[in-house]
Amino acid sequence: MSFFDYFLATRKNTATVAKERLQIIVAHERGQRGTAKFDYLPLLQQELLEVVRKYVAIQDDQIKINIEKDGSYEVLELNIALSETDKKIQK
Amino acid sequence: MANVIVVTSGKGGVGKTTTSAAFATGLALRGFKTVVIDFDVGLRNLDLVMGCERRVVYDFVNVINGEGNLNQALIRDKRVDDLFILPASQTRDKDALTLEGVERVIQELKQRFDFVICDSPAGIEQGAIMAMYFADEAVVVTNPEVSSVRDSDRIIGILSSKTYRAVHNLEPIKEHLLITRYAAKRVNQGEMMSAEDVQEILAVPLLGVIPESPSVLQASNAGIPVTLDTHSDAGQAYLDVVARFLGEERPQRFIHSKRSFFSRLFGT
Ligand SMILES: Nc1ncnc2c1ncn2[C@@H]1O[C@H](COP(=O)(O)OP(=O)(O)OP(=O)(O)O)[C@@H](O)[C@H]1O
Ligand SMILES: [Mg+2]
Repeated sequence: MSFFDYFLATRKNTATVAKERLQIIVAHERGQRGTAKFDYLPLLQQELLEVVRKYVAIQDDQIKINIEKDGSYEVLELNIALSETDKKIQK
Repeated sequence: MANVIVVTSGKGGVGKTTTSAAFATGLALRGFKTVVIDFDVGLRNLDLVMGCERRVVYDFVNVINGEGNLNQALIRDKRVDDLFILPASQTRDKDALTLEGVERVIQELKQRFDFVICDSPAGIEQGAIMAMYFADEAVVVTNPEVSSVRDSDRIIGILSSKTYRAVHNLEPIKEHLLITRYAAKRVNQGEMMSAEDVQEILAVPLLGVIPESPSVLQASNAGIPVTLDTHSDAGQAYLDVVARFLGEERPQRFIHSKRSFFSRLFGT
């Protein structure tokens, strides 16, 4: 390591720092942008809950709705947990 | 049919107006009938940079409101054939533009010109969206600096979601990255992100870099698009950019500085 390299190494390469910070923030903001198009999810969850309640008595927290990214496509995942007593009503 | 190109950035003061003037002039120098529109309503500057501020009679908003027609508002450049300017209004605000009005004017210009260049105002709001809405291609102007790159990323997101092409599910706007105010020497010293760094983050094809150059201020002082200054490195860089835009191959001669004997000697 030459005499000059020493001075350069002690002064941190700020361009590299800038690039790393940008990669993180840009990835984060792109992620949020992607989810903005799913801002209908809470409403969808509420309406589904109302439909299911016509047939089964369930609590608000028994329905879970989620979007999963799987490679190039997205999966809308809907999970309704029925308790033992609810199942009996269904029969 | 004409090509509509928006020059946009998100962040202010990065070189959109300089680029719009230089790029439009470069296209006209190559024989294409070109018009450049100032979308910065209320803060018009393109007329000054192009040196035609004293010839403005009717403006973009007048044409939209039917207070004057395009022939009255278009200013023919005195130096370059086939180059026209449509100035912005100085007295109205950005709400004076309507999508229907802008569409009507752009449609009419497309009949008469090969290229319609739209100089966008800064920001990500209505004014910037108006300027990009009917674009076929976009030149995203970025400085190699954190806030400018981040804002450019947001503008790229808006180009692909809020424009006519996006809303109507047409082929997306073709994007080009232009990095301006680039100091290759500082890049070498690790003080500034390189063109490759910025390109990698934004993932848009690189059209070119424009060096930080004192000739840009001198050109705007005199009201001469920098592409007309044959001694200017920035002017040369813009001419390269125009050539690449037209599909020609040009080496990227402004990305790397020639390393000095001193720096080679000490391996920095
Ligand atoms: N390559 C360059 N070298 C040196 N100075 C430059 C360069 N490009 C632009 N500038 C200077 O930067 C300033 C801003 O440029 P310009 O007006 O083109 O930016 P803008 O993006 O249009 O700004 P706004 O967002 O306000 O519309 C001007 O003073 C201009 O002279
Ligand atoms: Mg401007």
